[in-house]
This record gives sequence, structure tokens and C-alpha cells, in this order.
Amino acid sequence: MIKDITIGQYFPGDTFIHRLDPRIKIIITALFITSLFFINKFYPYLFIIGFIVLAVNMSKVPFKYILKGLRPLMVLILITFFINIFMTKGEVLFELGPLAVTKEGLRQAVFMALRLIFLITGTSLLTLTTSPISLTDGIEKLLSPFKKVGLPAHELAMMMTIALRFIPTLLEETDKIMKAQMARGADFESGNIIRRAKNLVPLLVPLFINAFRRADELAIAMEARCYRGGDNRTRLNELVLSRRDVATLIVMIIFFSLVIMTRFI
Amino acid sequence: MKDIMIKVDNVVYEYKSYIEDKMVAAVKNLSLEVRKGEFLVVLGHNGSGKSTLAKMMNGLLLPTSGDIYVLGMNTKDEDKIWDIRQKAGIVFQNPDNQIVATIVEEDVAFGPENQGIDPKEIRRRVDEALEIVEMSEYKKHAPHLLSGGQKQRVAIAGILAMKPDCIILDEPTSMLDPTGRIEVMETIKKLNKEEGKTIILITHYMDEAVQGDRVVVMEEGQIKMEGTPREIFSQVDKIKELGLDVPQVTELAYELKKEGMDIPEDPLNVEELLNLL
Repeated sequence: MIKDITIGQYFPGDTFIHRLDPRIKIIITALFITSLFFINKFYPYLFIIGFIVLAVNMSKVPFKYILKGLRPLMVLILITFFINIFMTKGEVLFELGPLAVTKEGLRQAVFMALRLIFLITGTSLLTLTTSPISLTDGIEKLLSPFKKVGLPAHELAMMMTIALRFIPTLLEETDKIMKAQMARGADFESGNIIRRAKNLVPLLVPLFINAFRRADELAIAMEARCYRGGDNRTRLNELVLSRRDVATLIVMIIFFSLVIMTRFI
Repeated sequence: MKDIMIKVDNVVYEYKSYIEDKMVAAVKNLSLEVRKGEFLVVLGHNGSGKSTLAKMMNGLLLPTSGDIYVLGMNTKDEDKIWDIRQKAGIVFQNPDNQIVATIVEEDVAFGPENQGIDPKEIRRRVDEALEIVEMSEYKKHAPHLLSGGQKQRVAIAGILAMKPDCIILDEPTSMLDPTGRIEVMETIKKLNKEEGKTIILITHYMDEAVQGDRVVVMEEGQIKMEGTPREIFSQVDKIKELGLDVPQVTELAYELKKEGMDIPEDPLNVEELLNLL
């Protein structure tokens, strides 16, 4: 069970979207999010739907896969939906006890729910089509101009890489410790929430201690391999912008500018 | 002086004991010379100071007194520390805790990346290093899906890609299964014989120690015995006194001799014993 957790849920492939430079993909995602928040009418959503359908089709990620990502956030979407329906003042359509459903509320609720759904599908497309490594590389490169003002871009990227590297190792270890403690009679499955939380202590203590020991050993091993921060460091696979990447970016900037403009006309 | 890889000159290493609140010496007045191209084995049980010695040899720890020279460079010289670490690479016990990246080839590239080497040259070195440890077909794999022996070979490749002259291995096989141990030992021997790397192997497995050119036995931070594997393991009583074992075959021959059988010399492996009998 514990092995099913996949972070970022990368869906491997070799499509145009997969090959696109991670920096470009991050920028496009940022544009996408910004334009979503600028939209204040229904019809520009058609552009957004068009964009999502096109991108998903090109990436060959099954639609099912993307919808799966919506499921854990359904509660959030529903809460937003109902709060908007009941809390917006305006022309009353009908009443449910003390709550009134208004025309404006209904409109607002559908609008906000759609916005959230688009937000999640659009951004999950980024993690689905970009491997964690290129994603961190992209973030490092994008943040590097801010190094001058003291932002530790390389360190952030290195932390993300190491975190990703150790997730499976620590999960495996959790599994092992759990089994070892269960063999000695520990019970992780029964009782109420507080009891269960308490029972996790014999799992968490060794896990934390081991994690710190690992961190210490890893730091020494990194130092032994001449690691001294990001300065003068080169990369095996340097990110290079191709003409295709630049062209895509320009087209996308124009597209999203038009979408944003709909707010003002 | 020319053919000395590492020179350890009267070194003491002290650390503060947390239990008794006093200084404890892990290494006491130890001197040692490692020749270029040599396969040196450092034997000793837990707490004999052998890991401390290994970490001092590439400047991860600095001696309290005395000096260590790697190819004539003092490890206390801060300007030379990165050169020293490049010349004398170190492989640790737990392969999981020394692999940095999420893909095998990215991890092997980590060392050269830190040295600021040109990407094309890094690519060449990564491919070459993975070829030597016979892990080329796994270069796009995630490290956590490999076996222990494979992970340790990736760790060795990571050091090899920095083009060191000397590789220090601190109990590289102690967390591996028997198959993994054999794989790693084969790789280590290959590095020494075919690639001409100086090897310092720290271990407490006797059957690994037998494969070296020279064995140094450590106890309480000092060198108690030194010689070829044959010289060392012929002194069965002394070895046992130091709390170590001799290889099983040697022990068998020793017991047989005690019982009055005529065995002229001490065998180090099964074939030798067979020939003697």
C-alpha cells in the first residue's frame, strides 16, 4: 500500500509536451494560472477548455488519469461550490430552510467550481509530463536570476532532488520498522484516532533517528565527492532552449494575453 | 617518495567522549605508507579506529597531531583539500546514504559536476565509469530499485568518474548479501589490476583481506601487525588474540596441524589447501 504513493505522478512519454523545456512549461503554467484568475465571464472558459483538451491530447496522457487527480480535491471543490451558492446575496430563486439560493449565487458557484477544476487539471498536466528531475532543474534555472538578492536557488533545487531521492528509501524503511514493531505486538490498526496517533510513536521515533543519521552520512559522502554548493558547478544535462521552445512560449504568451484581455472588453 | 600515494606520519586523532566527558584517542601515533598501485587491506574489529583513519585520508577529518600527505599534499592545507578529495575518493558502508540523485547516471555525474567539468567530458566519464563497474545497462534506472551490490557499484562508479588515483573503501560490503559482496570484490580487484588504481580496503571479512597485496591489522588505534596476507594469517594465535578470525580454510589447516597432520604451509583458500593435501 505504502509503495503506491507516487510523488508528482510523472506519466512517462515522448511527446511534444514531454520534450518541451521544463522552464517553458513552468512559465506557461504560471500564465495559465494568472489568466484563470483574470477571467470574470463564462465565455473565456471556452479558450481554457480548448487549451486543456489540446494539451492533454498532445501529451497522450489518458483523460482518466487527469480526472483521478481531481478526486482527492472534490471535497474542496464542493465546499467552495456550496459556500458560494448560499452566501451570495441577490435575487432569490428558492429557499431551503434558512438558506437561500440566489441566481447570482448559483452563477458564482458554478464559476468558482469550474475555476478550481481548470486550475487542478492544468497544473497537474505540468507534473504529469515533466519528470521530477527536469522540474527541479527548471525551477533552479528560473530562480537563478534571484540569486543576486540572496535567494538560494541551487540549494532549494538540491534539497528537492535529495527529498525525491529519499522518499522511496524512507517509505521502505517505514514499512520495515512497522513490520518489526508489529512483530513485537505493536498495533497500528485499531482504536480511535487519538489511540492510533499514540501508537505511531514507536514507528516515528526510529524513523526520525534513522533519517537524521542518513542525512549526516549523506552530507559526508557529498563532501567527499567535492560538493561545495552551486558555484562553478556544471551539469551533465544542461538545459538548452530550442527554437521550438521559444516559439511555443511566444504563441502561449499571445494566447493567454488574449484570454486575460477578455476581462477588460 | 615518488611512488608514495598516501603517507600517514605519526598521526593522533582524539575526540570527546560523550559518556565520560574526556578526550579519547581513536588513532594513536600511527604511521603508514601506501604505495601507488598497491592493494592495501586494513583489518580490525569495530572501534579499532580504521574508519577514522579512512576519513582522515581524504581530509574529511583532520588529525589532532601528525600529518597525512596525499601525493605530497597535506590534508591540513585548505587550498589543496578539493584536489586531495579528487585524488583519493572514498566509498562508504551504506550505499543508500551516498547516492544523491534519482537516476543512476545523474548520481555518477555528481562528482564531476561539483568539479565544474565540461558537460561533454562528464558524459564521457559517466559512460566510462559505468562501463568499468558493469552497470551501463542500468544508467537510466532509479537507484532505489537496484540490489545492494548494484547500488554499491554505482557508488564506486560515482567515485571513478572523478578520476581518482586512489580509492578508499570503508567496509563497502558489510551491508550486502553474499552475492553483492562477491560482485563488489570483483569490481575492486578489477579497479586495482586493470585500471591501476591504488586501493585501500577497510574490512573485517578475512576472505576479503586475503585478496590484498598487504594487510595491516589495527587495534585500539594502532597498527599491531603488518605484512602480506600469508605472513599475517600464518600467525593464527596472534590474530585470535586481537579478537579477529583467520579465514576458515587457514583455521582448518591450523587445527589439522595441531592434530599432528603434516601441512607445510598455511593455505589461504580452498584450492591451496587441496594442493597441499
